[in-house]
Amino acid sequence: MTLEAALLLSAAIFSVGLYGAISQQVVVMVMMGLELMINGVILAAAACWWFLAPDPTGQVLLMVVIAAMTLEMAMGFAVAVLLHRARQTDMTDMATDLSR
Amino acid sequence: MGEPLLTSLPAAAGPAVVTVAPAWAVAVVAVLGALALAAAALDGVLSARSASAGGAVGAAGRPLGEASRLLRQRRRTTVQADTLLWRTGGAGLLVAAALMLAVVPLGRWTVADLAVGVVWFNAMDVMVWALVWLVGWGANSAHALVGGYRFLAHGLGYELPLMFALVAPAIAAGSLNVGAVAAAQDGLWFAAWMPVAFLVYLLGVAGFSVWGPFAPALGTDVAGGVRAELSGVDRLVLETGRYALLAAGAAFAVPMFLGGGAGPLLPDWAWTLVKTLAVLALLVWARRRLPALRPDLFMEIGWLVLLPAALVQDLLVAVVTVWRS
Amino acid sequence: MEVLTVLVDIAFVALGVVAVLSGGAVFVVDSMARATYALAVSFVAVGVQVLFLQQSYVGVVVILMMVMEMAVMAVYMVMFMGMNPALMPMSMVHSNRTAVATAVLTFLLLAAGILVVDWPARRGSPPRDVTEALGEALMGPQMLVMAVISPVMVATIVAGVVLAAPRTRYDRFGDDLRQRPPDDPQPGGVGR
Repeated sequence: MTLEAALLLSAAIFSVGLYGAISQQVVVMVMMGLELMINGVILAAAACWWFLAPDPTGQVLLMVVIAAMTLEMAMGFAVAVLLHRARQTDMTDMATDLSR
Repeated sequence: MGEPLLTSLPAAAGPAVVTVAPAWAVAVVAVLGALALAAAALDGVLSARSASAGGAVGAAGRPLGEASRLLRQRRRTTVQADTLLWRTGGAGLLVAAALMLAVVPLGRWTVADLAVGVVWFNAMDVMVWALVWLVGWGANSAHALVGGYRFLAHGLGYELPLMFALVAPAIAAGSLNVGAVAAAQDGLWFAAWMPVAFLVYLLGVAGFSVWGPFAPALGTDVAGGVRAELSGVDRLVLETGRYALLAAGAAFAVPMFLGGGAGPLLPDWAWTLVKTLAVLALLVWARRRLPALRPDLFMEIGWLVLLPAALVQDLLVAVVTVWRS
Repeated sequence: MEVLTVLVDIAFVALGVVAVLSGGAVFVVDSMARATYALAVSFVAVGVQVLFLQQSYVGVVVILMMVMEMAVMAVYMVMFMGMNPALMPMSMVHSNRTAVATAVLTFLLLAAGILVVDWPARRGSPPRDVTEALGEALMGPQMLVMAVISPVMVATIVAGVVLAAPRTRYDRFGDDLRQRPPDDPQPGGVGR
């Protein structure tokens, strides 16, 4: 097994996630796209650890990625609930005024 | 560049455990089946006794009769059911139970001596969240879905206390390897000096088996809940899965809290089985002795009583462990 | 031994393909539950791949966390979108073409980078007990990471509850905060 093969797989996962995060209208589906991107990052980080530098401290990066994912999910759900309550919507298109 | 996967690290095996060939996984499934059948037979006897009907022998055979009846029954189909997810959920319970049991050493032998066996068990019991909900969802039936939600609500209540209950033996043993945890309780069982963790663990086992106090997900008030639309072989698979989960949970308690295979006279594999059967019998018996826990009320009990209790237990165990070393 | 290595490699790549395909399925299937659990399958596949890469603790934790999260995610999906399990054709995408183009371009860019870069040889060797090494690192030289993540986690819990909870303490305890017992739409189990 080579590093390139593992990284190509992780790049494919990341790109599929990116497609979802850009194209989906529903907030929760956007979150799923983001999670898929982080999934690719997890694979890439694990592969780099094993193939490049399997030293004791390298895994800490993975713990940080996993922590980032939990934060994303917790805040995402909170915002989705808030959006739903305030506007009875779950679509990003109906919250575009937030970007102004 | 091309480093081989999996093969280049020595297995971080616990000193007390021998890993057997993967083909012995068949034996794991056989033991799981035998334990599940024993639990079902005991439950049959206890049911007959509480209804004061029939002899003990006939009652013990009742699960087999029920199984053959279900095998002959027609499978129910519902309109626009999501059959893929529905069947996956039912069959997955058995798979999860077998994967739990795979890390439990039978005396000295184990099929999968994972370095992180305790976390593995935990991951498998989280699988049950998804699987039970899928059984409730797949049927496209309101009552079944209500049952699925009840189970998830219970899950939110019991899962974190269960996780922290599993942490206590791991801290005391200084290892996440199940064999090492069993070997660490030389002389004094963990159940003896961490009783809170043991009790919370047993409650968690009942939780992920949808058993006893956690049975409202299958409640008669919602027409059988998760299993409302299950019949025939599908119902048999679900019930077998529940008993298998109960058996796997009981078996895992032995290396974690009850000293593994330690005991006088009998060989260690026999002691493991005896202790497993004892825990299993306790769980089956408790089914009729404990009140049902309503999901909405149990949530607060889980977070405000059980979780702090498990955390204090972990703290005590950590202090004792540091003090002893 | 040679045969085993090849088999393990094949399994690793197959898991990767499963992860990519089920990840794609998330945005293709016609049911919320299927989309959510397709994502769960993708995470489980990557978790097992991480196990193959010897980081057993991280791999199992990925499986554990993600299956739990997807079980909760499915509830949110149903809550917001109110769909029955019937496989209703649905398409809820915007700027599909831009998204496809961006994703393909990103993949090509990443792939080019992966193939062009001259990756260095492996430095160092794996520790004997990888999980123990992770613990030692987190509680030793990398303590700062833990020290930062912990308060961030606590802040997230607080912020999440504040954002999501519709009721405040004034709803529970009245305007002067003196109402006992509190007025809850649903009583708790410990009788507060």
